Amino acid sequence: MNNLIIAPIVLPAVVGPFILMAIRFHSDLQRVFSVASVVLLNLIAFTLLWHSMDGSIQVYELGDWPAPFGIVLVLDRLSAMMVMLTTLLALPVLLYAIGSGWDTRGRHFHALFQFQLMGILGAFLTGDAFNLFVFFEVLLIASYGLMIHGGGSKRLRAGVQYVVYNLLGSSLFLIALGAIYSVTGTLNMADLAVRVAALPVEDTALIRVAAVLLLLVFAIKAAVLPLHFWLPASYANAPMPVAALFAIMTKVGAYAILRMYTLVFGPDVAVTQGLVGDWLLPAALLTLTVGSIGILGAKELGRLVAFSAITSMGTLLIAISLFTPQSAAAALYYAIHSTLTAALLFLVADLVMERRGGKLIPCPAMPQSGLISALYFAGAIAMAGMPPLSGFIGKLLVLSAAWPSSEVWLIFAVVLTTSLITIVGLTRAGSILFWKSHDRSVQPPEDDEEDDIAKPVSPELASAPVPGLAFVSVFALLAGLVALTVLAGPVLKYTEATAGQLFDPTAYIETVLQRP
Amino acid sequence: MEILLASAVGILTAGGIYLILRQRTFPVILGLSILSYAVNLFLFATGRLALNQPPILSEHATGYTDPIPQALVLTAIVISFGMTAVVLMMALSAYLAARDDRIDMSDDKGEDA
Repeated sequence: MNNLIIAPIVLPAVVGPFILMAIRFHSDLQRVFSVASVVLLNLIAFTLLWHSMDGSIQVYELGDWPAPFGIVLVLDRLSAMMVMLTTLLALPVLLYAIGSGWDTRGRHFHALFQFQLMGILGAFLTGDAFNLFVFFEVLLIASYGLMIHGGGSKRLRAGVQYVVYNLLGSSLFLIALGAIYSVTGTLNMADLAVRVAALPVEDTALIRVAAVLLLLVFAIKAAVLPLHFWLPASYANAPMPVAALFAIMTKVGAYAILRMYTLVFGPDVAVTQGLVGDWLLPAALLTLTVGSIGILGAKELGRLVAFSAITSMGTLLIAISLFTPQSAAAALYYAIHSTLTAALLFLVADLVMERRGGKLIPCPAMPQSGLISALYFAGAIAMAGMPPLSGFIGKLLVLSAAWPSSEVWLIFAVVLTTSLITIVGLTRAGSILFWKSHDRSVQPPEDDEEDDIAKPVSPELASAPVPGLAFVSVFALLAGLVALTVLAGPVLKYTEATAGQLFDPTAYIETVLQRP
Repeated sequence: MEILLASAVGILTAGGIYLILRQRTFPVILGLSILSYAVNLFLFATGRLALNQPPILSEHATGYTDPIPQALVLTAIVISFGMTAVVLMMALSAYLAARDDRIDMSDDKGEDA
């Protein structure tokens, strides 16, 4: 059983190079191996989830080096849940990419996809801060390749911006890790927790700086205001199936915040007490506000969905920044919901953009307009947080977790107002996309040769019905949302147990450091 | 020696950040590499400065220097080397596709051409 913990990292690490080297000229074989790998990852993730259900924490020591000296992978409820979420998201996204033909519009899609999964899953499983940095780099370098998949000058330029922004983030990450190491002399998270808690309260300048720098790094990943500038341009210009996979990448930032600031710099730790939540809450509220205004002001469908991903990160981080077990449980539920929803909306956006271009202007009706508008409607309901889908439950949980907080009225006002703005923005976009198209007097816009993102790839592809696989995978994501709504009780029970485990890190520390 | 190392890290960081804020991709990439030098020097210093000491414990040596920062720096160097290569290739292809190496994106169509 213990060896299975490393399987989610090893499997894509083997399949990726195999696709790259052995079958690089066989696109059908690449598809088979890529899908097989993701299906297998789902099975592994389910087994890991099953084993973490009883609340036990399991440790895999790389090279059999005991904990503070070697790197460990740790499986607890939180990691198991995030691994399951990643693999559940990866399968429909991969099937969509195959069904819509996106994977053949550039080279090495499947290999990069596997490396991306390896980085994300590794970041969720590792128990070592420097190893977390390495997995961040793995997932980033794969995302650079995926981001510019298919090419085009606008996409490449957005890609360069994205890379520069993230390289800066990586430098900051290294500086923060260096500062932490210079104070504590360790980088193992469990060991860090012990040593940070034992630091004298009067000599804390450097560790406080390091804690805030680390928060900045994770805030860049989670696209928290004012560090969100990379997200709209890169998500809107990335291939939409890739943007759908990137929906989990912002959650890696949120996961890292939740992990580091409950385990190492927890709410009870004297040296950094209250430091993080005080900064994070206003930033999260601003993120939510700016995201919803962005939805209202977006001129392209891709940017609209990207801004809606920012609003969902805002809501998620409000819940995280309260740092109570109840708010963490709400945050985890909302994280599952918002990942699936953002991915669903990105895939719907791709269906629309393939047919009529991404600009939010009236166009003649597109094929399969009814089906796509129904999907958009469902995604918009989930994103705005209206009943009956899981967004409503998620927002309700976040709000009720905010009730004991001293900032309760501010949080309520911001969350409810931005929900209204989001509804208006999504409605406006939907009515332009699907209703104004039936107006016969509207002329199609002239083809803009420069704008290689917004226009359909080829006229034949735009008019031909998309193979069923693409629709099946979009419906699979929708089914995931419905399941999350129906099974809200059991899922919430699991996230509550996860939050309990997070806010009582003694078991984690003792298991990793092998103390009886 | 501390002041020398600290000011070297500081100057490299300042220069790197100045270059990153430039408009063209080439200075930005140079800035990123300079920043990664600064980060690597800083990582070295986190193990405390020790001269002429072996990185392992032995009976003959009077002391030792912390080997972990050196391993970290090695990892960081490898990663930043790979990243620089990637960003160079992307910047180059963006330049060749757009005939323009400005790093910011403007909505102005005339600029994009």
